[in-house]
Amino acid sequence: MGLPVAIIGSGNIGTDLMYKLQRSDLLDLVALIGIDADSDGLRRARDLGYEAPSNGIDWVTENADRVQIVFDATSAYVHVRHAKVLAELGITAIDLTPACRGPKVIPTVNLHQHLDAPNVNMVTCGGQATAATMGVVSQITRVPYAEMISTVASLSAGPGTRQNIDEFTRTTSAALEEIGGAERGKAIMILNPADPPILMRNTVFCALPEGTAHDAVIASVQKMAEAVQEFVPGYRLKQEPVIESGPFNAPGGVVPHRVVVLIEVTGAGDYFPPYAGNLDIMTAAALRVGEAMAVHRIESASKEAQA
Amino acid sequence: MTATISTPGTPAFRLTDSTLRDGSHALMHQYTEEQVIDIVRGLDSAGVPVIEISHGDGLGGSSFNYGFSAVDEKKLVARAVEATTNAKIAVLMIPGIGTINDLREVAEMGVQVARIATHCTEADVSEQHIKLVKQLGMEAVGLLMLGHSTTPEELLKQALKMQSYGADVIYTMDSAGAMTTDDARARIGTLVNGLDIPVGLHAHNNLSLAVANSMAALSEGALHLDGCSAGLGAGAGNCPTEILVAVCDKSGIPTGVDTLRVLDVAEEIVRPMMPRQQVIDRAGLLLGYAGVYGSFLLHAERAAERYGVSQADILIELGRRKVVGGQEDMIIDVAVELARQHAERENALEALDESGPLAWTGHIEEKR
Repeated sequence: MGLPVAIIGSGNIGTDLMYKLQRSDLLDLVALIGIDADSDGLRRARDLGYEAPSNGIDWVTENADRVQIVFDATSAYVHVRHAKVLAELGITAIDLTPACRGPKVIPTVNLHQHLDAPNVNMVTCGGQATAATMGVVSQITRVPYAEMISTVASLSAGPGTRQNIDEFTRTTSAALEEIGGAERGKAIMILNPADPPILMRNTVFCALPEGTAHDAVIASVQKMAEAVQEFVPGYRLKQEPVIESGPFNAPGGVVPHRVVVLIEVTGAGDYFPPYAGNLDIMTAAALRVGEAMAVHRIESASKEAQA
Repeated sequence: MTATISTPGTPAFRLTDSTLRDGSHALMHQYTEEQVIDIVRGLDSAGVPVIEISHGDGLGGSSFNYGFSAVDEKKLVARAVEATTNAKIAVLMIPGIGTINDLREVAEMGVQVARIATHCTEADVSEQHIKLVKQLGMEAVGLLMLGHSTTPEELLKQALKMQSYGADVIYTMDSAGAMTTDDARARIGTLVNGLDIPVGLHAHNNLSLAVANSMAALSEGALHLDGCSAGLGAGAGNCPTEILVAVCDKSGIPTGVDTLRVLDVAEEIVRPMMPRQQVIDRAGLLLGYAGVYGSFLLHAERAAERYGVSQADILIELGRRKVVGGQEDMIIDVAVELARQHAERENALEALDESGPLAWTGHIEEKR
């Protein structure tokens, strides 16, 4: 028996997460909750034998004793309201919107830091794809400025993502600083409507001050990519990281070099086709956090029992 | 010069000059405060009603990806607001690059027009920004970029979304300078017929059609046009403000702008600060022909130098990949890829040189 969980939000992200939870031994999905009984996500949930209520957060209030974690895949505006309700009910929230009501978690960087937090934030798909890169670079050198550009296929960006594009850029920028360790971070998001759809692309630029060990930067970025591949198999460096010579008049001062990391993410193809790596990296990261919480609770319970 | 020339009457359209925004690409975003003051004063005294200023990629565009501004754009906006007497100061903002915080800041500073730009099929990312612009009491102009790349009908569908969010004006932007005059007519005509609000065209000159397309847009009912002094702009450059005004004047179309004064601005203020004159060379024409974003030109030139590959090859590959505005990072991706392929070819040839004759003999002996 795994930890009982529910997903609220039956759009692209919520539905993709449902397929991943189906395969989890540590988490048991009880319900995919939506607000439109006719939505594709709820229909699929019913087909798989899950409860698929369409009364939103009210279902959670009415069934509070049946779930311990709620994955919120609605939108930033809606999660602000949900966060309060879930906190009052004592249910842990794993927030897949850029609302940022709790600490930000990027699994390869700080998976174990917030396992007892009542609300954790999964940043954004672009943040999941890039903050770890900055994290390893900032272990080697001071990074006065870092930047990421995330381009996703139009078809993979649902209405929530589109309404939240400003939250995306602000939340991701903050994550580059708080988790990536850059003194200043900037995030850019682009939607590309090309047909056939493009794979999710992310580019990271880090300003490298004088005296940076370039070989160490390249090696650590490559090692980090392998760590992400453990739970997002489709994550890969498109090219070996390149060091370009400036000078570059970056915020925080002129630097002689920058490293450019070109990342491509192919999705697992759970709900959307493989081009939607942005859905995959987000839901895979959220699943990893949920599972780590489940293990943590089992361990804490057995420690208490021993005492 | 004291003489003035202009066709009297209520202007047939509203001219927005973008020398200080789209023109910024050609200067690699290195405008100084003095240059901004000179250009704003010149355009304002010539009677240009709206002057746009921002980083070339809009508010928040200063970055590794698009080039860092030499001077903080908010400082430049402040100088523009101070320098103008009659002209309204406008900014451009692309959701995903700039943020609502940028819009709040410039509204405080006295900016009156905010132009919110999205790729021509992605209008719904502009909802929160257009609504905020209206709340802040500014005029909201919706811009649909790379307008050649979709059908007039789809363009109208997207424009209707922006209209529903509260936009006061809708433009289509020929960001790659890829529209023939028929293309421009079809798009402007469809927008004019389908919308309740005024329509505009932002033209580029890659096919040498910027002025012609702007005039065609007027005859289809456009009420807004963009220009840049001396054509200063991304790629092959924009619709030259002074030529547009002169052609209108000659056609008896009132613009409210003094033709001779606006010529002076181009000749005496803008041309001396241009790093190169705005010509349609091979790369510029290729952009229009392949439908690639004009602002990619200089970035592609630099990447070609850095990686020892051909600029034309980069531009053609970008066209093949159907990149949209903002994807300048793909220029590095393509350049690195081309350099790698190049190196692999060289290595293969070398290997062939070294082992070639021997392997060849062996092959023949085997046959025997």
